[in-house]
Amino acid sequence: MNRTELKQEIDQRWPGQAQCPPDSGSPCEVTCARATLPELCGRLFLEWNFSFAGLIVEEGASEWQLRYTFYGEGDAGWVHVLVTAPLAEKTFPSIVKFVHAADWHEREAEDLYGLVFEGHPRLGDFILHDDAWQEGVEPMRHKFDPQMAMAHRKPDEDWRPTRIVQEPGAFVMPVGPKYSGVTESVHFLLESVGEDVIRSTPRLFYKWRAIEKLAEGKTADEVLLLAERFAATTAFAHGLAYCQAVESICGVNLPPRAKTLRVFLAELERLRQHAGAIQEICESTALAVANAHAGICEEELLRISCELTGHRYLFGLLALGGLQCDLSDDACRKALEKSQTVLAKLNELEKRLRVSSSFLDRLEEVGIVPERTAMVYGLLGPIARASGVVRDLRRAQPYLGYENFQFDVPGEQEGDGYARLRILFAETRQSVRIMEQAVAALQSGSVREPFQLRAGAALGWVEAPRGGAFHWVRLDGNGKVARYRIVPPSFANWHGFHLAVEKFAFQDFPIMLSTFDLSVAENDR
Amino acid sequence: MSQWVINGIRTGIKTTAYPAKPEAAVGVSPGLPVGGDCSPSQAASLIESCPAGVFSQANGKVMADIRRCIHCYRCVRGIEHPVNWEQTYEWGTVRDGQHEFGQPFERSIHICVVDAGDCGACLNEAKQLNNPYYNMHRLGFFITPTPRHADVLLVVGPVTDHMKFALKKVYDAMPTPKRVVAVGACALSGGVFAESFVCAKGVADVLPVDVEVPGNPAPPLAILHGLLVATGRKAPAAWARSNTVKA
Repeated sequence: MNRTELKQEIDQRWPGQAQCPPDSGSPCEVTCARATLPELCGRLFLEWNFSFAGLIVEEGASEWQLRYTFYGEGDAGWVHVLVTAPLAEKTFPSIVKFVHAADWHEREAEDLYGLVFEGHPRLGDFILHDDAWQEGVEPMRHKFDPQMAMAHRKPDEDWRPTRIVQEPGAFVMPVGPKYSGVTESVHFLLESVGEDVIRSTPRLFYKWRAIEKLAEGKTADEVLLLAERFAATTAFAHGLAYCQAVESICGVNLPPRAKTLRVFLAELERLRQHAGAIQEICESTALAVANAHAGICEEELLRISCELTGHRYLFGLLALGGLQCDLSDDACRKALEKSQTVLAKLNELEKRLRVSSSFLDRLEEVGIVPERTAMVYGLLGPIARASGVVRDLRRAQPYLGYENFQFDVPGEQEGDGYARLRILFAETRQSVRIMEQAVAALQSGSVREPFQLRAGAALGWVEAPRGGAFHWVRLDGNGKVARYRIVPPSFANWHGFHLAVEKFAFQDFPIMLSTFDLSVAENDR
Repeated sequence: MSQWVINGIRTGIKTTAYPAKPEAAVGVSPGLPVGGDCSPSQAASLIESCPAGVFSQANGKVMADIRRCIHCYRCVRGIEHPVNWEQTYEWGTVRDGQHEFGQPFERSIHICVVDAGDCGACLNEAKQLNNPYYNMHRLGFFITPTPRHADVLLVVGPVTDHMKFALKKVYDAMPTPKRVVAVGACALSGGVFAESFVCAKGVADVLPVDVEVPGNPAPPLAILHGLLVATGRKAPAAWARSNTVKA
């Protein structure tokens, strides 16, 4: 559906209720009455094949602005549905009935802004844990001062989470926040009547660092440090999404060399992150030899990154308007050659794993997410693609000139752990393929374009290793960040994680967790 | 099945010789800035370039408090007089210089790792200690999931408010004698996240810290060095005495 068709449809269906501007650049900002909102978003999401990118709440001087962002393939472009209301009116209709992917976004806005979403099935205890925070604290409101003393009370040791399964003999098995060996902090409530997990409720935000609040009032350059460091296993992708948002506000034309180098580094990071994810899967199935081989691959890729850029996780490379320093063609070529060697090892590993029956038994038909569910939950990245939702931002809404690169977007249908593993392996091959083209296409010239910051707002998007990452930035006239909203891929994927776990045995739980390749740091921000 | 064995033999031994010999491979460490002689104007430009407040100036020298370094490279890239940057990795230091680690920690130790709001990098580097390149089991270091079996508590992250309670509980559950190793710039100074309404400025705000390992993230060899310092098997980093300014 292109822009003209969209305008026709909207004008016909909701005359006077929703306005779609004539074709004028991207994104298409549809203003809409509160009552029409759920139906309009529902049509976009369920019928017109748009994906939900995120809900962005902004507190203006006198009114709320809620921005529901959607994207489609190619011509369909970006659609932002805007709803406004005076600050005193804090009630909005929930769109969850039609767009289930927005579930957690509304819970977050309720927790941090105190908005009410009518019709939402479950609000409350989410980012601000009920056992530690007083009611009525709204940390994202302008009137909340992040410097002031903590507004919450002492942890309530008697607090107990909601139990859903009430059958006789049912019990809750709490896991975390500290569990297992070297793991991120997250809490799971696994409800069971014996062997199988019936309900699984991940309790997140133990690591909430309030990045969005910290960013407010900082300079654009300082916020880049936060964008790179809040989820460092995919630091480059998030830094990139932030830079693209700022650059798009200021209308910067990047030098071609900077673009190509950014593509090269983004793919190097994807390759490294996927190798790490493969290692975790091998580890969770207790296949020690494969674990060692995958661990070697990951460490070698970390060393390649460090040799090329000085940092194992690609920190300190991005700058607004390009890159902080140039990388020589020779160094890139050398990094590519080494990456190709690692890829050969990964290919060999995949060949071995595919005939290891003890390994396959633990992955096949385990943690199944059907295509329809993956779509409704708005899952992203390799996880969605393993369930048949084959959408990749590099292809759907290209950035950095990805349209000029030859690559495939691998897809699978089964939606089980094994399909997710195959996607990871297939994507490592595509990443190296893109890196090869990037090195061949390296132009000469500068890597940084000087520019002036100006007021405005824009969305930056990147296909991060774990899926689409969306960064919304609003700059004020002084070059300071007025609003920074991060929608990381793990936020969407954690939302759907319980689908995979339920109705499976306890011992499969760590395996499903590893095949989902979830980052808590990314989700918790 | 046999192919696994053949692949294994073909791969050969990857494990580093450290701590018996220094590790010479490239890419094991991002390095750190070091202080030294410096003109006042150069020192001023370094101090201005750093968003983390690493540098300070005294007696014609610039000093680097590397506990705060977040590896943004703004003191080496795009600056007229870049700072000296050293590719070292033996970064572990004893927090107040007084600890006698002694016998209980000389041999095999079990380590309990707690993520207190980490960005994922320090944690990933700690995970690398189990890969064949570092293989910390050969040194008698083991990761244990339970604090009841742990001798050393390894904490990463600035300690978010929601994790403070859990972190204290883990510490209290450990038998004595016990040691706390704080890893990464965030665990030492709060890094880019602190101090805020949801975040402490480092582990020392919550627990008594014995050994500190700087870096953002601290590379695996630095964490290994920190553990060796905690067990009294390696001397603390030399820069701790000559180069650091007291926070």
